[in-house]
Amino acid sequence: MSNSANGAALPRAAGLGSIFDARQQVSEAVSAGLKRRYAREKRFRLYGMLATLFAVAVLGILLFTIIRTGLPAFTQTMIKLSVTLYPQEIDPKGDRDPQTLSSADYQRLVRDALDDYFPDVTSRNDRRELFAMISPGATYVIRSMVIADPSLIGKRIEIEVPLKDDIDQFAKGKIDSEADQANRRVSDKQIGWYQRLVDRDLIVSRFNTTLFTAGDSRSPELAGIWGAVVGSFWTMSLTLLMSFPLAVGAAVYLEEFAPKNRWTDVIEVNINNLAAVPSIVFGLLGLAVFIGFFGVPRSSPMVGALVLTLMTLPIIIIASRAALKSVPPSIREAALGVGASKMQATLHHVLPLAMPGMLTGTILGMAHALGETAPLLMIGMVAFIVDVPSGPLSSATVMPVQIYLWSDAPERAFIERASAAIMVLLGFLTVMNLLAVALRKRFEKRW
Amino acid sequence: MIRKTLAVAAVATIAAAGSAEARDQIRIVGSSTVFPFSTRVAEEFGKTTNFKTPIVESTGTGGGMKLFCGGVGVEHPDITNASRQIKASEIESCAKAGVTAITEVKIGYDGIVVANSKAAPQMNITLKQLYLALAKDVPDGKGGLQANPYKMWSDIDPSLPKVKIEVLGPPPTSGTRDAFSELAMEGGCDKIDELKEMKKTDEKKHKAVCQGIREDGAFIEAGENDILIVRKLEANKDAFGIFGYSFLDQNQEKIQGSRINGVAPVYEDISSGKYPVSRSIFFYVKKAHVGVIPGMREYIAEFTADKAWGPEGYLADKGLIAMPDAERAKYRAAAANLEDNLPK
Repeated sequence: MSNSANGAALPRAAGLGSIFDARQQVSEAVSAGLKRRYAREKRFRLYGMLATLFAVAVLGILLFTIIRTGLPAFTQTMIKLSVTLYPQEIDPKGDRDPQTLSSADYQRLVRDALDDYFPDVTSRNDRRELFAMISPGATYVIRSMVIADPSLIGKRIEIEVPLKDDIDQFAKGKIDSEADQANRRVSDKQIGWYQRLVDRDLIVSRFNTTLFTAGDSRSPELAGIWGAVVGSFWTMSLTLLMSFPLAVGAAVYLEEFAPKNRWTDVIEVNINNLAAVPSIVFGLLGLAVFIGFFGVPRSSPMVGALVLTLMTLPIIIIASRAALKSVPPSIREAALGVGASKMQATLHHVLPLAMPGMLTGTILGMAHALGETAPLLMIGMVAFIVDVPSGPLSSATVMPVQIYLWSDAPERAFIERASAAIMVLLGFLTVMNLLAVALRKRFEKRW
Repeated sequence: MIRKTLAVAAVATIAAAGSAEARDQIRIVGSSTVFPFSTRVAEEFGKTTNFKTPIVESTGTGGGMKLFCGGVGVEHPDITNASRQIKASEIESCAKAGVTAITEVKIGYDGIVVANSKAAPQMNITLKQLYLALAKDVPDGKGGLQANPYKMWSDIDPSLPKVKIEVLGPPPTSGTRDAFSELAMEGGCDKIDELKEMKKTDEKKHKAVCQGIREDGAFIEAGENDILIVRKLEANKDAFGIFGYSFLDQNQEKIQGSRINGVAPVYEDISSGKYPVSRSIFFYVKKAHVGVIPGMREYIAEFTADKAWGPEGYLADKGLIAMPDAERAKYRAAAANLEDNLPK
């Protein structure tokens, strides 16, 4: 259309009329193209929206699968037992010697209690199958109760103890009772006994507190993430303590004080490079330097923190420098103008204004470090550690490592526990990111 | 600035505090195959004695040996787990670092299974057929070699299923893969006369041909994570997977092990050695550390007690295949006396 309008306009004479004509032509051309431009705009927005929707959908699916797999881990099927603590079994001499109490055969007491429920199960093999339904944790529960309060000896106590992971999986409907008996880990007999226990109201489903209070275990029903959470806490605290001051110091010097010459250029390029180095390399360095040379104990949060500090330093330095750069030069000039020294201008004016940006960068760097496993592999933090770490020098593991170890375990009950641990880790990451947003909102200044 | 000084001080203190202190906890490294057993024993040991629970790292057999042979002293591990026997080269490097007195304890057996989804029929395959399905190069029948032409299982033998060859297995860094190459691939390879002949004439080439696994997409390296293979098999009923017996044992209602040379991977047949693809698993004890690190003797005693490694012990429950009584007695004695029994 615009072509034909142009064609018609050509032969006309120049003058006032032609200006009007030209204007008209332009507006015609514009209005003719308008529809196409609107359509293009619409399409562009649509693409953007689709991309966002796709990302949200993928994230949604991921979260949905994790939550669906992980939710069952928050409950544990327990059996009510009434155990008689026979003095002749636990403490034959009657002197309440802690050594005797700790090495007594508590398993026998659990078996006696089960025998009371099933007097008809007598053959050796059947009894083995019956006792296999209860977690080895039952004996530990009684043992620690007796050691904590020896006056219980001789009494009858009512306790709830966890069932073995296979039975728990069956109770949660994860094991198909229709399948051929040879092919499942719960036998027909065990299902029968389980039904009898259910009928007598001896089976209860409880919130799985073990998951949040215990360290790792080889038995899924006794495994918890508390050890890993504490390990992560120590590692992250030390990482923050070391990396933040170092990074801020480096950033302030490079941005405010350092002369711009070839050396600072080299340093800048190297910092940017370090931020892109694969994290396993930092692990190798940690093994050679911190463990090999300085003798920091292997598997300890201390050595983990040192390695993660090296890893997060460049990230925080880059973010801090960006934050310092975004403070307008007029602030510095004004401070220097009224007679402040360079250090006063930096410490009193520039640094406080750049702090929100630095903190955001730090929290994101920390969140990155919290989810890292590769560098920890080399320094012995990918390990089976039952005891909850007591300090920065005792052996520990961290949450992502725990997730990795559980997701690699053959027992099926560990799959749901791994997902539950992922949910906890995601919770921590969300809190950290929200904190970053909140800090920015609270302290950010706009010019 | 104060913070910076603090940080410097912190680094200085740990460097000082860290320098070699006495250790009251056993440290174990090594194979990921032995890891589930070793950790189970460690936990039982920690909960039933007054010793601290040992720390078990899953580093892989080779990685474990390297750490173990690092030297004598508290900063080096006390025990290493292995899903194969120690190599002569490893004994040598151990000796160089002063680790000369080592006790070998065989724990039991582990079968390597070729499994698929229960939704498909069980496969009955010979080692030779398995080799032909997975080898990189196979004999072309004219005395030479050709790139593996087989696309379907039934191309190898009409008795095998009419589906595309698709096998998920461990990567070359894995001990399971080493054992599979050695036992299954080489075992099948030696059933082919012309390749068997090659062993006498050109041992290197024989090894390359026999242990080379095809790279045209029929064999998919699925990472060290065995449980991932199990879940992929559930989703794809035409695929097969290669992994340790304990994963089959824990997931029996979803997957089934193929019969190899007519023998199914069941506990009894792996234990007796009838199942052709089974290997021994071990742990190695650094004798110089016994008596220095508390609890070493007791840990070894716990591991070698029948309530742990016996056919009805708690390790059998985790998928360990126990040794026959006589062999158990032999290794229990060796372990208790800390014999210097490395293969010479």
